[in-house]
Amino acid sequence: MPDLLLELFSEEIPARMQRRAAEDLKKLMTDAFVERGFLYEGAKAFATPRRLALNIVGLPVKGQDVREERKGPRVGAPEAAVQGFLKSAGLTSLDQAKIEKDPKKGEFYVALIERPGRPTEEVLAEIIPQIIKTFPWPKSMRSGAASREPGSLRWVRPLQSIVCTFGPETEDPVIVPVQVDGIAASDVTYGHRFMAPGPIKVRRFDDYAPALERAKVVLDADRRKDIILHDARDLAFAQGLELVEDEGLLEEVAGLVEWPVVLMGSFEESFLSIPQEVIRATIRANQKCFVLRDPKTGGLANKFLLTSNLVAKDGGKTIVGGNERVVRARLSDAKFFWETDQKVKLEDRLEKLKTIVFHEKLGTQYERVERIEALVDDLKAIDATGQAKRAARLAKADLVTEMVGEFPELQGLMGRYYAIIQGETESVAGAIEGHYKPLGPSDRVPTDPVSVAVALADKVDTLVGFWAIDEKPTGSKDPYALRRAALGIIRLIVENELQLNLLDLFNGGLQLYRNQRGQDFGATFDANDLLSFFADRLKVYLRDQGARHDLIDAVFALEGQDDLLMIVRRVEALGRFLDTEDGANLLAGFRRAANILRIEEKKDGRNYDATPNHALIERRGQPEEKVLLHVLEDASSQAREYVKREDFEGAMRALAALRPAVDAFFDKVTVNAEDVELRENRLLLLNAIRQATRTVANFSYIEG
Amino acid sequence: MTSDDALLNPARSFQGLILTLQRYWASQGCVILQPYDMEMGAGTFHPATTLRALGPRPWRAAYVQPSRRPKDGRYGENPNRLQHYYQFQVILKPNPPDIQDLYVKSLQAIGIDTAVHDIRFVEDDWESPTLGAWGLGWECWCDGMEVSQFTYFQQVAGFEVAPVAGELTYGLERLAMYLQGVESIYDLNFNGLEGDQKVTYGDIFKQAEQEYSRHNFEYADTEMLFRHFRDAEAACRKYLTEGEPKPGANDQRHLMAQPAYDQAIKASHIFNLLDARGVISVTERQSYILRVRELAKACGAAWLKTEGGGVEA
Repeated sequence: MPDLLLELFSEEIPARMQRRAAEDLKKLMTDAFVERGFLYEGAKAFATPRRLALNIVGLPVKGQDVREERKGPRVGAPEAAVQGFLKSAGLTSLDQAKIEKDPKKGEFYVALIERPGRPTEEVLAEIIPQIIKTFPWPKSMRSGAASREPGSLRWVRPLQSIVCTFGPETEDPVIVPVQVDGIAASDVTYGHRFMAPGPIKVRRFDDYAPALERAKVVLDADRRKDIILHDARDLAFAQGLELVEDEGLLEEVAGLVEWPVVLMGSFEESFLSIPQEVIRATIRANQKCFVLRDPKTGGLANKFLLTSNLVAKDGGKTIVGGNERVVRARLSDAKFFWETDQKVKLEDRLEKLKTIVFHEKLGTQYERVERIEALVDDLKAIDATGQAKRAARLAKADLVTEMVGEFPELQGLMGRYYAIIQGETESVAGAIEGHYKPLGPSDRVPTDPVSVAVALADKVDTLVGFWAIDEKPTGSKDPYALRRAALGIIRLIVENELQLNLLDLFNGGLQLYRNQRGQDFGATFDANDLLSFFADRLKVYLRDQGARHDLIDAVFALEGQDDLLMIVRRVEALGRFLDTEDGANLLAGFRRAANILRIEEKKDGRNYDATPNHALIERRGQPEEKVLLHVLEDASSQAREYVKREDFEGAMRALAALRPAVDAFFDKVTVNAEDVELRENRLLLLNAIRQATRTVANFSYIEG
Repeated sequence: MTSDDALLNPARSFQGLILTLQRYWASQGCVILQPYDMEMGAGTFHPATTLRALGPRPWRAAYVQPSRRPKDGRYGENPNRLQHYYQFQVILKPNPPDIQDLYVKSLQAIGIDTAVHDIRFVEDDWESPTLGAWGLGWECWCDGMEVSQFTYFQQVAGFEVAPVAGELTYGLERLAMYLQGVESIYDLNFNGLEGDQKVTYGDIFKQAEQEYSRHNFEYADTEMLFRHFRDAEAACRKYLTEGEPKPGANDQRHLMAQPAYDQAIKASHIFNLLDARGVISVTERQSYILRVRELAKACGAAWLKTEGGGVEA
């Protein structure tokens, strides 16, 4: 069976796009085949900085022949019908059709239509240009003389040539006649830009990949990664050092070279006085180099590893020298920033925060600091030491340091360093770094009360602000990472077991905005809407923790739930309770009561939500009715008491006591009695059961 | 050894670097222009790039452009940063299919041996909010150092660039530092001579860096600058309006696209000065950028109605 080799050779493709592009190419091609009824045995795609390549093996020579019979009009049908049939079946006269007999309809014409399968080559020449022209690059561009006309080819960078061969192993493959915007496919590719730039004639993948390898191109990105990683480890090991591994950097670097050559450079030891995160960020971001750890000191070594794209004539001496120059210049800048930043105290930087806009409608970072400071006051219960206020005041000051200006990803961390240097406590310094946390579902949650208080205040302020200006997340759009902020608050509260009334916090937060921006700020702000956003996030969080979503709904259906910790506890207690026999039976009883009520309420067109008539029950009720009434009153009031003390297990235990009385009631008492008065009262009793369960959750949301 | 070879060797003198690049690009069919006679933040602002990129006419040019970035002044104390420096700019429209090779050969022409130096094209897209322009391309690395910016212009002044123009910008000082092996811009040999006759970059520009840093950060007359910004903006609008073809006239060409564009360049530089003086707040900043962009867009529209912009004479 023949194989396809396709290579799209271009100018340098951004590293971050290569892997995805190779996968897209494979998917688009194989989907196009499958859509047309072509089967294939296997497909693999590759990417280097200058090419996407695809090998599809085991394709048929041509598509399947199609044979179909088309029924026509009966013999002797009007001329118009006959002509229509001939036209649609592609026949010139009725002689080409055969006549069949049908016991009911008599004789009629049948055309036999045969369509031979299309040659695969032809199909390739059709689908490849289409795929190239509509390729889903994240960003693409026009180029060259062809771009004079509208609708010219867009590619990630100029497309230079196309290899497209097709044929079985035993024969010379053919060049598929693919044409895209003036580029005709051939069987010629090119090697490494500097080490083997000449044309290379290829036949099929089996000789293509080795030919590239000889021309100093490692086609497979994962192999390039392996080479870099192994060489880097070896070079480090030879110096008694350890590579600081960095998967993101490795992936990127493998996309910057066709022939990786790892080299070691060094910098002056004096630079090691700079915090190691800064050294790493500098060398990583600007130079795409790896840093090394010295196992003897545990800190960084004054060495780095670069990955060049060249087997240099001088063994890499010049390349190392050049890279060292740049690293030195960058580290000098970093050292300068590190030293100058220390000359200004964090509190003296606050003035400058007045010039930094946080959001056009929400004011400056300085105003934000003032609000966070005030919010921290509302959270005194969390931080008894009073240090949170100080931490809040300094939390954003590092935004205007030189270092964070250069490396925004070091925000918080630099603040911590500078705070320690100027003699702040560990807690305050820790909170400056930690108040951004947690940055997602797997990030560490701060536990130091000072960090927790500032982290909460920071996020509440953000959420309230964006809610007030109606910038809520929609669908997949969440430009201000508000979902992450809400999840952060949830994790801070639940994992630190804090009890907070969110509605109070929200309203307090809004008032702080109003104090700054006028009383009509956020006129449409609805704290309950923000709370329901939290409910959704909490559901996601609890679901991820393995809780049943229906139980979460059952608890959220109760009014005025804004204490997240209590909600979580309720859900947990409810889950445990329903797993017991008492719980399961009470749920069954509740359902029976609710069902009857639903039907009767609909029938009567009224709600049975009043209190049952005690006197009537005492006078004329059955014994089971009387028992139920008493038990209900006891259990409800007990359950309410337990809820007040936040003992949800206790509340459910109290409700469990209802079970025998409920069971007996349903056994012996006819709800729909002839006596109108008795019937009404019994329905009210059922309602009392429904009400009793609502002390812990709305049971009607529970499934299963 | 003060033969011509030594004097013009890009590894020996700053001017040798400039002359070599000019020679190289002249041999590729570029017109070698002189710097535009106005203050601007980058070589891209030169009408030979901004305006000539627009419209269908082929165009190849190369030139040095002094670039002023008032905020980058460091009083002559930072060995890597200047408020006035030189860019070498090449524009090829349409971009030829071998433009990358041409670029690599230009590096070879200035003495960068690609058998020992690691040349790389690393993704770097370019956008100029003030010019309403963007393109895709790379920063070009030599041994880990960015030595040029390479952009395929997709849009300028809010208009599609058709055909696409390839733009190359060499940071001359940085390139020269590498070629000459010096650690400070001020130590660059400018004229290629040695001893008493040697003139360094610092001899020529250090005092200027100090004076202009003072000017840019401390003394530039902001009241005047605000006024000049408004004046330039108004003048630009006026020339655009006056230059518009009269309705019904036979000749539908715009008559003053270039004088109007000069005023846009002026407004842009004045904005940079005001920004360096720290008198433009963050919110205002955005609106100033927008105002300059509106001028640039209107000038681009006017240019497209001129002969240079493709209208038949």
